[in-house]
Amino acid sequence: MATTLVKQAAAPVDTAQYAARIDHVSKSFGRPGAQQLVLDDISIDVAPGEFVTLLGASGCGKSTLLNLVAGLDRPSAGTIDVPGGRPALMFQEHALFPWLTAGKNIELALKMRGMAKSERRGEAERLLQLVRLGGAFGKRVHELSGGMRQRVALARALAQDSRLLLMDEPFAALDAITRDVLHEELTRIWSETSVSVLFVTHNVREAVRLAERVVLLSSRPGRIAREWKVGIPQPRRIEDSAVADLSVEITEQLRGEIRRHGQH
Amino acid sequence: MASTDTGTDTRDTRPRNDLAGLEAGLDALETTHSTERVGLGRILLSKVVPPLVAITLVITLWHLAAASDLKPDYVLPGPVDVWHSIEQMWLEGTLLGYIWTSISRGALGFAVSVAIGTPLGLLVARVKVVRAAIGPILSGLQSLPSVAWVPAAIIWFGLTDATIYAVVLLGAVPSIANGLVAGVDQIPPLYLRAGRTIGATGVNGIRHVLLPAALPGYLAGLKQGWAFSWRSLMAAELIANSPDLGTGLGQLMENFRTYSDMSGVLATIILILIVGIGIDLLFFSPLERRVLRSRGLLTKG
Repeated sequence: MATTLVKQAAAPVDTAQYAARIDHVSKSFGRPGAQQLVLDDISIDVAPGEFVTLLGASGCGKSTLLNLVAGLDRPSAGTIDVPGGRPALMFQEHALFPWLTAGKNIELALKMRGMAKSERRGEAERLLQLVRLGGAFGKRVHELSGGMRQRVALARALAQDSRLLLMDEPFAALDAITRDVLHEELTRIWSETSVSVLFVTHNVREAVRLAERVVLLSSRPGRIAREWKVGIPQPRRIEDSAVADLSVEITEQLRGEIRRHGQH
Repeated sequence: MASTDTGTDTRDTRPRNDLAGLEAGLDALETTHSTERVGLGRILLSKVVPPLVAITLVITLWHLAAASDLKPDYVLPGPVDVWHSIEQMWLEGTLLGYIWTSISRGALGFAVSVAIGTPLGLLVARVKVVRAAIGPILSGLQSLPSVAWVPAAIIWFGLTDATIYAVVLLGAVPSIANGLVAGVDQIPPLYLRAGRTIGATGVNGIRHVLLPAALPGYLAGLKQGWAFSWRSLMAAELIANSPDLGTGLGQLMENFRTYSDMSGVLATIILILIVGIGIDLLFFSPLERRVLRSRGLLTKG
């Protein structure tokens, strides 16, 4: 393992500098002596309002990294600083609570954030409007379609009013048409709010379609292989030729990374 | 990427493609249609008629067996004799008193069992040391027939209400606690993670995520706990019989036995069954169905 300094999590110098700073982070799992290195010396800064996708094949530790940023797990070395408080996290599964209605799921997040009871209902309605589910407040989770569930989950994540939104392959389980629509929704909501997004995916086109910056991770252990700035203006379409061209380039690199694992 | 400090430069510059309309169409296509109300007649036909037919059949067979004098009447009385026993208690005005004595004992014992079993189950489910220490004992206690506690309870508490309640508690608490443990164990880990990410930790996590997520298992435990309460109560009442104690159904049955009144004994058995099933049907089953249906866990028949 690379030697990394474990810094004290000092107070951020300037909170406007970054929405998240991942600084020389490594993570290994397993018992001492039989440890497996999953993430190796990762450093990524997410600027305020920036949309970054983490791209990688299986075993690149991208979900592990997201868990570390979310504070659900601790890095083995290095530091993670999220100045805006606890980041919001969205999963591949909607993870909505089935014992609550769509609206009450959002209200619970508002309550946990400390919002007064009198304001919660209105704010939950507003967030549902934002994801275009104005009439769904009283709907049970099982009454909603997959795409609607993910939109409620997005509204719940936004309800945390965090400046950083972490997304762990949130659209991977959706059909292509719905995914396409949700890409547009996410781009719209991101541009209407000041939220920063760190979005994990294994889908190259999705990464290019959404992000301002694509970070490619190699696998076993996960290391930063390369970064691309995506200069294509929003709104993009997944079928745009510019998106396709960059996707081809990134896919080539990704395949190269994967091939290395077959060479021993 | 310092230039993208706000969203203004990424605004939609193309002609507006009606995303809202597209999305509304998708939602309409993908949403499952709200379920139709099933008519009362069909519910009666599918839910009420079959058990009634079964009961009628059993009573008819019983009646035929009794009428054909396979055994003398004092060993095998017919349904009519048993009905007369119940009718007589009703006319004497004692029937409801017997039933009420048992139900009130059962309800109080059950309530106290819930109050003890719930925190106990939560502790076992969430604290590793406690689980390792008393988890196996708790499961083991469930397989111990609570009637086995009656002699010990009589020695400890004498022929008092305390004996009856002790036996009920020992029967019901383990099953309620175990139900909650099973409920907590079955919570998908994703809910707990989602709870933590929205900040529901500690007491808030237990109140807003853990307990509601465990509710179906907990309700199953409560249902079983009631069955155990009622069973234990009957065992205790049968054995702990003294004039100082009020006469519940168990004591009633024991009294009939001393007079070799078989139709009285059978009548009491039927009453015990009716109360046990009735409380389950009136209270626990609707509650359980409501919870499961609201979570989409019940397939509509």
